Amino acid sequence: MTALLKATNLGKLYGMRPVLKGVSLAVERGEFVAILGANGAGKTTLLRILATLARPSVGELTIGGIDALKHADRARTHIGLVSHQSLIYPDLTARENLAFYGRMYGIADFGFSISDSSTGQSAIQNPKSKIENALRRVNLWNRKDDFARTFSRGMIQRLTIARAILHDPPLLLLDEPFTGLDQSSAANLSALLRETALANRAVIMTTHELTRGLQGVTRALVIKAGRIENELTDGITPDALTALMA
Amino acid sequence: MPLFLRQIIALIRKDILTELRTRESITAMVVFAVMAIVMFNFALRPIVDNFRPLAPGILWVTLVFAGTLGLSRSMSTEQINQCMDGLLLAPADRSVIFIGKAATNVIFTLVVAAIVLPVMAILFDETLLNIGVIGVVGLGVVGYAGAGTLIATMAASTRAREVFLPILLFPLALPLLVAAVLATTGIIGNWPVGDYISWVGVEIAFIVIFWTAGTLLFEYLVEG
Repeated sequence: MTALLKATNLGKLYGMRPVLKGVSLAVERGEFVAILGANGAGKTTLLRILATLARPSVGELTIGGIDALKHADRARTHIGLVSHQSLIYPDLTARENLAFYGRMYGIADFGFSISDSSTGQSAIQNPKSKIENALRRVNLWNRKDDFARTFSRGMIQRLTIARAILHDPPLLLLDEPFTGLDQSSAANLSALLRETALANRAVIMTTHELTRGLQGVTRALVIKAGRIENELTDGITPDALTALMA
Repeated sequence: MPLFLRQIIALIRKDILTELRTRESITAMVVFAVMAIVMFNFALRPIVDNFRPLAPGILWVTLVFAGTLGLSRSMSTEQINQCMDGLLLAPADRSVIFIGKAATNVIFTLVVAAIVLPVMAILFDETLLNIGVIGVVGLGVVGYAGAGTLIATMAASTRAREVFLPILLFPLALPLLVAAVLATTGIIGNWPVGDYISWVGVEIAFIVIFWTAGTLLFEYLVEG
């Protein structure tokens, strides 16, 4: 099977300081990969490169068969990103936020006035339905017209997931998605992520926490000083990961 | 309509909607501009009989300072919740973001100019309400917004962005401001067209240079 994401020998220098060294990674649909490491290990830098938000100093990256360094704009249609920062505009409502991002992805450029029956489009092609589906999926449809600034941290994180999956990307990147969430919100988010990951996607998640969000992970990679040091595919438990990270 | 145009319109629409909700940029710009004009009026009226030679300078100083307030705000809204990353994740050429943000800055500054010009015409010189002056102001605003958006993007990632923006932008925008002031002076002073048209040309050249530079360089600025 062709890898959905293939990174080869990725390296990144900040000034003269290497923060990522020779990272190679191949991820297929249906995989849920956790990248673990201490703060400053290079997890976020790696994820930003995979998300095409930063350029590597060396290496190659293909996403969905597209050279993501040469044709990043095309590769981005395959990527959804959830980070501990929400990327949500606080002065727009939940629906307006998704409508804006939908327009930026070219999927929702005519507001909310077109119904399924009037266009004859299937539900999945209709932007209104896409926004509605995404908000219903994260259980925020009843708060669709509320300003994002009135949302709790947990609700914001759910809205962030709705934004990330709005364009139905096959690759979901999660950067420390549990940061700042209480136990209950984290459990809800974890369940939502597992459900999302199962929808024939590949998920790559960075985290430094070994106790939350690891259910459903099919492969764990440990990154140290910018290099992938260890890999675990069976028996992914907090204890096993602690031993691996030591 | 091509996707990049729809994306630019989406960005402008989002910024205008946010501004209508918060009223943070245009309100600050208008209040600052009107206050500046009133202060110029009180400071100069006792010693100046004819404001016509001074009006272009006052107009452009006011517009530039007010415009800088808006520029700083326009990029800082994208820093909240790291929304700039959301824009950068869109399947769009980076130039789309530059053009969208710069166009929003043009619109906001033109709104301020639409208020400033009549106020100045009442207080200083009625000849400022002139189609030629409006054209020169339009060109000046487009040029200033292009250069300003580029520099504001650089400044946005620094800690001292409020200081960094004017320090870098004002020297860079000097040719545009000189040209705009002289073109405005020529129009309200009824100079022969040939005496000031070259300054209009400088404004146009400035627009071409900085909008092209912004379109080409924005990617490198936002990706570090």
